[in-house]
Amino acid sequence: MKKWLIPVIILVVIVVAGYQWAVGFNNTAVTYEADAKTAWSNVESSYQRRNDLIGNLVKTVQGAADFERGTLTDVIEARAKATSTTIDVNDLTPDKMAAFQEAQAGLSSALSRLLVTVERYPDLKANQNFLELQSQLEGTENRINVARDRFNEKVNTYDIHTTKFPNKLLAGWFGFEEMARYQADPGAEVVPDVNFEFD
Amino acid sequence: MRYLKGSFFLLFLCSFSLAIGQFTIPDKPSLQTSVYDYISLLSSTDKKNLEQKLIGYSDSTSTQIVVAIISSTEGENINYLGAQWGEKWGIGQADEDNGILIILARDDRKIAINTGYGIESTLTDALSKRIIETVIIPEFKGGDYYAGLDKGSDAIFKVLTGEFKEDRPRDSGNDNFPFGAILPFMIFIVIIIILASRNRRNRGGKGGGRKKGLDLWDIIILSNMGRGGYRGGSGSFGGGGFGGGGFGGGGFGGGGSSGGW
Repeated sequence: MKKWLIPVIILVVIVVAGYQWAVGFNNTAVTYEADAKTAWSNVESSYQRRNDLIGNLVKTVQGAADFERGTLTDVIEARAKATSTTIDVNDLTPDKMAAFQEAQAGLSSALSRLLVTVERYPDLKANQNFLELQSQLEGTENRINVARDRFNEKVNTYDIHTTKFPNKLLAGWFGFEEMARYQADPGAEVVPDVNFEFD
Repeated sequence: MRYLKGSFFLLFLCSFSLAIGQFTIPDKPSLQTSVYDYISLLSSTDKKNLEQKLIGYSDSTSTQIVVAIISSTEGENINYLGAQWGEKWGIGQADEDNGILIILARDDRKIAINTGYGIESTLTDALSKRIIETVIIPEFKGGDYYAGLDKGSDAIFKVLTGEFKEDRPRDSGNDNFPFGAILPFMIFIVIIIILASRNRRNRGGKGGGRKKGLDLWDIIILSNMGRGGYRGGSGSFGGGGFGGGGFGGGGFGGGGSSGGW
C-alpha cells in the first residue's frame, strides 16, 4: 500500500460528499423556488379575479341614477393602477412587491369607500346583480388571503432552506436570492370589509 | 444582524397569532365520514341520517360533502378557516378537487360553505350565499339545526345537478302561490296513496297476519317520513365512512361564503 493513497482516498470522499451535498441543496432549493412561484401566480390570479369583479361592480353601480361620481372615479382609477402594476414572477424583489401591494391596497380602500356609499342607495342594495357581485367579492377577498398566506409559507420554506448556515454559502454561489414575503397591509384589519349585514 | 431581524419577525408572527387567537384544526381523522359533530349538537339519529345521506351522495357522484360542527372559530374568519381545514383534511378527490366543507359555529352563530377548486365553478360564492340565507338560516333561526343542514345539503345537491333556481323572496310578493297552505293536503294525499298501495300489496299477499289499515309499523314509518328522513327507518346502516379510501386529497382555495343568524 502506497503512502499517498490514503490522503487521496480521503480527498476523493470529501469531494464526492461535497458534490452530493451541493446537488442535494441545489435541487431542493429549485423545488422550493418553483413552489413559491406557483403560489405567487395563485396570488396574482386571485387579485385578477377581484379586478374583473370590480369591473362588473362598477358597471352595475353606474346604472344606478345619480350615484356619486367621485367615489366611482376613485375606484376606476385605483383599478386601472392595480391592473397595470404587475410583477414578473422571476423578479420578486421587495421593492416590486411593495409597489404591487400598494396598488392593491389602494384599490381595496377605494372599493370599501364605494361599498359604504352604496349603503345610501336602497335600490342598489336590493339589486340582484349587485348582491351576487358582493358575495363573489367577499369570496375573492378570502381567496386572496388564503393565496397570500400559502405564498408566504412557501417563501418561508425556501428562505429557511437557503439562509441556514452551511446552505447559505452555496446559495450565494448558485445565485439563490432571498424572496420577499407578502406583508400584511398597513391597516388591513379595517380595509377590505365587504361583509355588510342586510336585513 | 439578519438573524436578529429574523427573530424579531418570528416574535412578531407569534404575538400576531396570539393576539388574533387561533382555532386549531383537528388532525385528519382515521375514520373518514361526513359529519363531525364536535359539540354533540345533533341527536344521534339526526346525525346518522345526515351522515348516510351525504355518504350516499358521495358514493353516487364522488363529490364529498363534510359537515363540521364546532362551538366557535375563536376569532378566525370562518371561510378562511374553512379553506385551511378542507385543504388539511384533503376533502374530495385529488384530481377533481370536488370537496365541500360546511362549518357550523354554534356560539358564533355562523355557518360557512367552503368549496374545493373543482366545485367553485358550479356552486359559486353567490349561490352558496343564497343557499345559506334562503334555505339554511331560516331553519336555524327557528332553532332546528338538523333541518337547516338537511335542506341546505339538498339545495347543494340541486345546485350541483343544475336544478337550483330559487330566487330571493321579495317582500312585495303577494301573488305567490300559497304552497304553505297546500302542503298539508299534499302530504295527506301522499299518505293515502302510500296506504292504498300497501294495502293492495297485502291483499295479494303472502301472510294473512297483517290487518288492513294502520298498524304500529305504518305509524312508525309514516312518522319518520314526516321528518323528511328517507333513511329514517333503517337501523342496519352502520356508522360507516366514505368508501374508496376516505378523503382523497382535494384542494381548497378559499371559495364559498358564510352567513350569520
